[in-house]
Amino acid sequence: MTGGTLAIRARGLSKVHGEGQARTRAVDEVDLDVPAGQTLAVTGPSGCGKSTLLHLLGGLERVSAGELWLAGRRIDRLGERALARLRRRAIGFVFQDFHLMEELSAVQNVELPALLAGRTPRTARRRALDLLDRVGLADRAQRLPAQLSGGQRQRVAIARALSNAPLAVLADEPTGNLDTAATNDVLRLFDSLRSTGQTLVIVTHDERVAATADRVVSMRDGRFVDDVHLPAASTGGLGDLLGLGG
Amino acid sequence: MQDVVLALLAKEPSHGYELRQRLRAALGPLGDTLNSGQVYVTLTRLEKAGLVSSARTGGRPDRPDRKVYDLTAAGHRRVADWLAEVSWTPRPELAEFHLKLAAARAARLADPLTLIDAHRRELMRRLRDAQRAALAEADGSMAGLLLEGVVLRLRADLRWLESCERVWSGHGERS
Ligand SMILES: Nc1ncnc2c1ncn2[C@@H]1O[C@H](COP(=O)(O)OP(=O)(O)O)[C@@H](O)[C@H]1O
Ligand SMILES: [Mg+2]
Repeated sequence: MTGGTLAIRARGLSKVHGEGQARTRAVDEVDLDVPAGQTLAVTGPSGCGKSTLLHLLGGLERVSAGELWLAGRRIDRLGERALARLRRRAIGFVFQDFHLMEELSAVQNVELPALLAGRTPRTARRRALDLLDRVGLADRAQRLPAQLSGGQRQRVAIARALSNAPLAVLADEPTGNLDTAATNDVLRLFDSLRSTGQTLVIVTHDERVAATADRVVSMRDGRFVDDVHLPAASTGGLGDLLGLGG
Repeated sequence: MQDVVLALLAKEPSHGYELRQRLRAALGPLGDTLNSGQVYVTLTRLEKAGLVSSARTGGRPDRPDRKVYDLTAAGHRRVADWLAEVSWTPRPELAEFHLKLAAARAARLADPLTLIDAHRRELMRRLRDAQRAALAEADGSMAGLLLEGVVLRLRADLRWLESCERVWSGHGERS
């Protein structure tokens, strides 16, 4: 039995890329427990294995070794079809470059996962419009991605990730292409997701994103080297940040 | 703080509480720790230094709020000098931390990487406070602009700690 309140549980999770000389242990025997509702940030230098870890957690790549559970269900040994089905229904992915379908409108992008999961067009559309409203883009539903700003595109992508009420949203450098204002919009959105109990794993090298998570894991060479829980409320006054004295 | 209060007075003769309101408008949540006392203490010091003059108004001379403060000629000159001056706080804490790591390693007193971890955690906590406050501000607010500056500085410090970690981890094993 595994704990029912864990959204994600991994033991000895490993991924080896390449052969011979080019062999890389991108993820190296990682243990990870993510309680349901937690916002977890994974940080570390480029090439340390963050994206690979996220791909393993979401079933985009097969594990080389180790065990993986999603909401108590063992998923590392699922067959391809079962894994594809799980990816579609239980995981919401968000990528740095949005991965929106350029020829589809915002609302069509958002409803796509629900349609693929077998929802009726009416249900899918209604839910997509609700989600666009939730990310503050109700008035942009009919726009094509090319007609939206980077921040708006990422919010469409986040709405799409929520389409099937996933067990976890997995985001890979979601603010990597965004300016400060758009980054803050996305962070406010993540905050509102957190308040609804959404489990969120965010790979990022943006310290602002990491600082607003509940917990920050640091990776180096495929391993976790630090694991910090950030306090919910500030300890000192904000004025301490300025050092304005008499 | 003295220069800030002088500059706030440059607009027009004002009561202490009016200065405090102007300060709060500019600082937003960052001004919460500045109590009213601080403004009055500063005004008293400025008056002693001849940079500010005060006149009592109204019928309650016992209430400090009834005092209206104004800049003297010397006060005006000081404000002009302050605005023209390029002051940028140096960061002695960088050199101090750098030397702390070197000393800790040389005397085998502590693992530099442990010290770096402790600092990263503390800076992350501060960044969390600043970023949360920034998210609570509307886009384009004055306080949000100041918070963006605080956030950018903390990010720069965190990046430097990353460089420290990279170099120092090449000087020995992480436990
Ligand atoms: N498909 C792949 N084939 C071979 N090597 C890969 C592949 N994907 C990633 N790697 C290697 O695995 C390591 C981790 O990569 P990645 O997970 O993308 O790191 P990060 O996201 O932290 O930058 C790197 O050394 C990278 O070169
Ligand atoms: Mg990556």
